[in-house]
Amino acid sequence: MTGRRVVFYLCLVCTAVIATGCFRGLPTDNPPIHVVPDMDHQPKYKPQEAGKFFPDGSAMRQPVPGTVARGQLHDDKAFFQGRDDSGQFLQMTPVHITSQLIERGQERFNIYCSPCHSRLGDGKGIMVQRGYTPPPTFHSDRLRQIADGYIFDVITNGIRTMPSYADQVRPEDRWAIVVYIRALQRSQNAGLEDMPEELRSKIR
Amino acid sequence: MAQIFPVWTNKIPVYIAAGTIILVLAIVGFFWYYGSPWYTDVGYRPAQPVRYSHKLHAGDLGIDCRYCHYDVEVSAVANIPPTQICMNCHKTIGTDNERLLPVRESWSSGVPIQWVRVHQLPDFAYFDHSAHLRAGVGCVSCHGNVANMEIVELKKPLSMGWCLDCHRNPDTQLRPRNEITNMNWTPPADQVQFARKVRSENNIAPPEDCSGCHR
Repeated sequence: MTGRRVVFYLCLVCTAVIATGCFRGLPTDNPPIHVVPDMDHQPKYKPQEAGKFFPDGSAMRQPVPGTVARGQLHDDKAFFQGRDDSGQFLQMTPVHITSQLIERGQERFNIYCSPCHSRLGDGKGIMVQRGYTPPPTFHSDRLRQIADGYIFDVITNGIRTMPSYADQVRPEDRWAIVVYIRALQRSQNAGLEDMPEELRSKIR
Repeated sequence: MAQIFPVWTNKIPVYIAAGTIILVLAIVGFFWYYGSPWYTDVGYRPAQPVRYSHKLHAGDLGIDCRYCHYDVEVSAVANIPPTQICMNCHKTIGTDNERLLPVRESWSSGVPIQWVRVHQLPDFAYFDHSAHLRAGVGCVSCHGNVANMEIVELKKPLSMGWCLDCHRNPDTQLRPRNEITNMNWTPPADQVQFARKVRSENNIAPPEDCSGCHR
């Protein structure tokens, strides 16, 4: 009698262990089960959702060409185009340069530019190693002397095989990247005399 | 006169009591295990219209999450990149790759690729990515190590109880702002002190009231 009882309880425990053993979190194609549906799915559109109303299947719409949102006329030519009133590229970045701006530029550069230009700016990034058209190195005399506004314009509109980054990088961040590229150029073309006196002995 | 009920029937109440207890435990156990979002939601790994691999792009190539999901720091939604972002590179790379056919079709027709949504909150929860990144919660806290996934899979239950666990004690999930997209960041030994400091400096007080997430 006791033997059978032990077997019975053992079976119970085994069933419980097997039933709860390893079914949680198994990869599956099946969408999540909503035990209590509540109002989890409401008849409204959230950003980037599909919609049946428009032929392209998207619920979101493009703005009508030529429309300008309030406050977004972007008529500050220096800030949004990197050009002065005569249409020439600005020699100097039109925003106030701080160390935070340079650090922001470094972060943005490493996210958006380094895949091709590499973190050093030598144009040997990982995408180039995978077959992308190599960009020129930043460390040439031509690009060291080029106007700040020109670099801003290239980020904004792209050049040759480089696409425009106007959607991914906001104008203030583009200027931060320009400033950081200038810092990169100095750092890769620096001599001993550019170092503070007290640090020079360390690298000799 | 013979007894109507044989002797063994004396035990019927005991059997009923024991059976009831076992049954109740089994039902509670069943719903505790199978009704939990760890079972109903976690592991969702739908096939996508393009066999895009996060492991290749974010893992092996080391492209930052924000290269494609570029609005995540300023917007409530971590935007699914438009086809244009794919074409930044794939105009040049993999132009004859079959896997990219739907991308090229979308690019030429202007019809967006219909990616299948994996991380879906109920429509009455108003989650904001930018607020969480500003506080210093890394991508990996809610999405798992995406840079290791061939196909994106739901790794966390995204349930209210799970959200509140962290809102009540965010100390383990906060990290420096420049590490938010780092999938392999490990908390330092003084993580709790660090988190306390960041929380007081930046006034990070995760809401626990209803209107924090529901409107």
